[in-house]
Amino acid sequence: MAYQPDRSQYPQPRPDGSLDIDLRSGKYLKLWQGPQHPGITGNMSLELTVCGDEVVAGRTHVGYLHRGFEKLMERRTFIQCFPIVCRICVPEPDFNEYCYAAAVEELAGIEVPERAQWIRTLILEMGRVNSYLMYLGGQAGAFGQAVIGQWTTYARDLMLDRFEELTGARIYHMFILPGGVRDDLPEGFGRRMEQTLREIEEILEEVREVMFDNAVLKRRAIGLGHIDPALLDAYGVTGPTARAAGVAKDVRRDHPYLVYPRLAFEPVVAQASDVHARADVRRRDLLLSIDLIRQILAGMPGSGAVMTALPNVLHWKIPRGETYIRGECSRGEYGYYLVSDGSGYPRRVNVRGPSYTHAVALLERLIVNVNIADVAALMVSLHTYPPEIER
Amino acid sequence: MKEELEKRVVKGPDGVEFEVDPLRDYYCQSAPTVMPPAYIKIVEELFNWARAESIWILGFGTGCGAIEMRPLMTPRFDAYRYGIQWRPTPRQANLFVISGYLSVKTLKRAIRSYEQMQNPKYVVGLGSCTINGGMYWDSYNTIKRLDDYLPVDLYITGCMPRPEALLAGFQELKRLIRAGQAEGANRYAEQFEWYKANQKRVIHDWDMPDYNW
Amino acid sequence: MHELHERLKAIFPLGELTVQRPDLAFITLGREHLRPLLLELRHRHGFTHLVLLTAVDWIEEGCFQLTYLLNDRAGARDLGLRVMLPREGASMESIHDLWPTAATYQRELREMFGIDFPASPGVDEPFILEGWRDIPPYRRDFDTLKFAEENFNQRPGRATLDPARHMRDRLHPEGE
Repeated sequence: MAYQPDRSQYPQPRPDGSLDIDLRSGKYLKLWQGPQHPGITGNMSLELTVCGDEVVAGRTHVGYLHRGFEKLMERRTFIQCFPIVCRICVPEPDFNEYCYAAAVEELAGIEVPERAQWIRTLILEMGRVNSYLMYLGGQAGAFGQAVIGQWTTYARDLMLDRFEELTGARIYHMFILPGGVRDDLPEGFGRRMEQTLREIEEILEEVREVMFDNAVLKRRAIGLGHIDPALLDAYGVTGPTARAAGVAKDVRRDHPYLVYPRLAFEPVVAQASDVHARADVRRRDLLLSIDLIRQILAGMPGSGAVMTALPNVLHWKIPRGETYIRGECSRGEYGYYLVSDGSGYPRRVNVRGPSYTHAVALLERLIVNVNIADVAALMVSLHTYPPEIER
Repeated sequence: MKEELEKRVVKGPDGVEFEVDPLRDYYCQSAPTVMPPAYIKIVEELFNWARAESIWILGFGTGCGAIEMRPLMTPRFDAYRYGIQWRPTPRQANLFVISGYLSVKTLKRAIRSYEQMQNPKYVVGLGSCTINGGMYWDSYNTIKRLDDYLPVDLYITGCMPRPEALLAGFQELKRLIRAGQAEGANRYAEQFEWYKANQKRVIHDWDMPDYNW
Repeated sequence: MHELHERLKAIFPLGELTVQRPDLAFITLGREHLRPLLLELRHRHGFTHLVLLTAVDWIEEGCFQLTYLLNDRAGARDLGLRVMLPREGASMESIHDLWPTAATYQRELREMFGIDFPASPGVDEPFILEGWRDIPPYRRDFDTLKFAEENFNQRPGRATLDPARHMRDRLHPEGE
């Protein structure tokens, strides 16, 4: 049932704007969505208070995936941190590797060879393709279109094959390390990548027809989860979620890093700021990533070193200082705040994942007055990955 | 204890007041029991064959290993051809794949989900972090040995295991079930006190009944 | 950045300026100036985006450093504000009314560092941990390895080698 204009049966606002919800009145029901629930993005949970089939209050609960990375990194040397950082965010691990490596390089004053920078950009864009493909499947699945998930997971697997060829691993690549990247591109990589990109484009065209032109999806997604553009800064909204609200926030353009200044692209923007607009921005952003991968493979210098010689990493000390490195991951601004105290161990690492702001404060606001059936779709549309919230 | 778990007096829709004690009233009070094998060997073998061919996995992605479940559900690796499928609720599932590290907070939910599953049921621990802590060996928030808290029938190593490794693991689990060796649920019932003591040692705010059935 | 620092310094008594990159600098300031400075930066200088709010434990000096990182998108620059708090009974004014999302950061800091933010919504509710009894885990004096060994059963057979010593033994088995 859609939003009821007659609010007499629903909780009344108090003078201060909050809703007057008396749980003992028998009109409300506490409902837990997650952590064991198919309609939740990963291992987290929502505590919903519902009135009829409408959510009147929601609370995000996180912490189910907390491993204490920021603490663990304080007792590992700088090079020992490198293999564990990718595990902070499972579906798009490369951003952790890049941000961590860039932060260490900046504090230690290490120059990265040019070819390594191109390869890093390539990997980040490939990771973005993976992440968006996974998102599209999840978003369609939340609206009951299970077949899209089958197609996009297959397409993601094609890209994982390229990752495997390049890095030797499907999920955790451990490829971007301080000083450069671990290896050069294999022989014939560009040709096989082009083949993969073409197949993904074909699948995306079908996804566009079946998912985005679908009457059911339009009926449910248009107007759902509207974010007022004026609230973006208050809630720290970044990435595609902000771009779908008409603000061209894109770290790749605003604070260029790696080789992005040398690539031709315009941030993808939509105006409607609802679930449909966010899905559409991500689909078009995915096409942009495919284009960027082509530009990178065409513009890359033919050969060159991919790794600088590091000092003996067993006794590697980094001068005192603090820095913040950011990048545009598929969900928004991903950043590492690294503090070094001059010893061989990081003093403090803070990971700023976009889901941190999106899934807690923003979601708790958006979820009010949403139908229970749309909660999953709304949550997926913010593209949250719980492991980066609690780390 | 949370407010909603406390004993309270509730007024029903017909105006009659009655007392509710959620921890006692909402759950079965008896402990799990050991399921003996069927009396005739050939019947037990038939049962085991049927169990092995219908592995239904609980859709609870407890850790990062959950990301390799999606490729398994799709045509590339297609676990469905082995009679494996995913179910949304514990009542319909008989295999609990612990997909990676368990934080203490998730362990509590995992125990509840496991206890709500119906017999016969199996547990597979996925990834190095379920075996000895793996990458998180010195973390203050993850358990290091899954088999102290839940009866594990099979471990699949790797960080993270590839889909092929999972498929091989499921085939091995089938072999164990057909050989009548996947007796985790019975072990849990036999050593219930020991498992509970271990669980309560790490879960400090135990606000649920001892057996969530 | 230096120009901005000069302009701000005319209004507020500010501490040292550390320019990390042309587009990133850190300023130390006293806690009582934080809120007016945040408002000034937000309304006059375009720093509308609170990137993160986190803490660093300088246990040797007996203080926590709170870092408020602000971003000015139009000017493509970031400014980190460092506020030093005494470690004993650390408490700080909440800024959730300026940025609602700060409440989440403050909840985490309360739980992980034990820094109190009175009047921040939900600040006393558990956020990430559940049933935690020890000292807040991100504090430097909390030993995670010791905690893990005492609280969790370990599987025997796991060996931990110190990388530096291990490499020395491998490369120079006879000793130096």
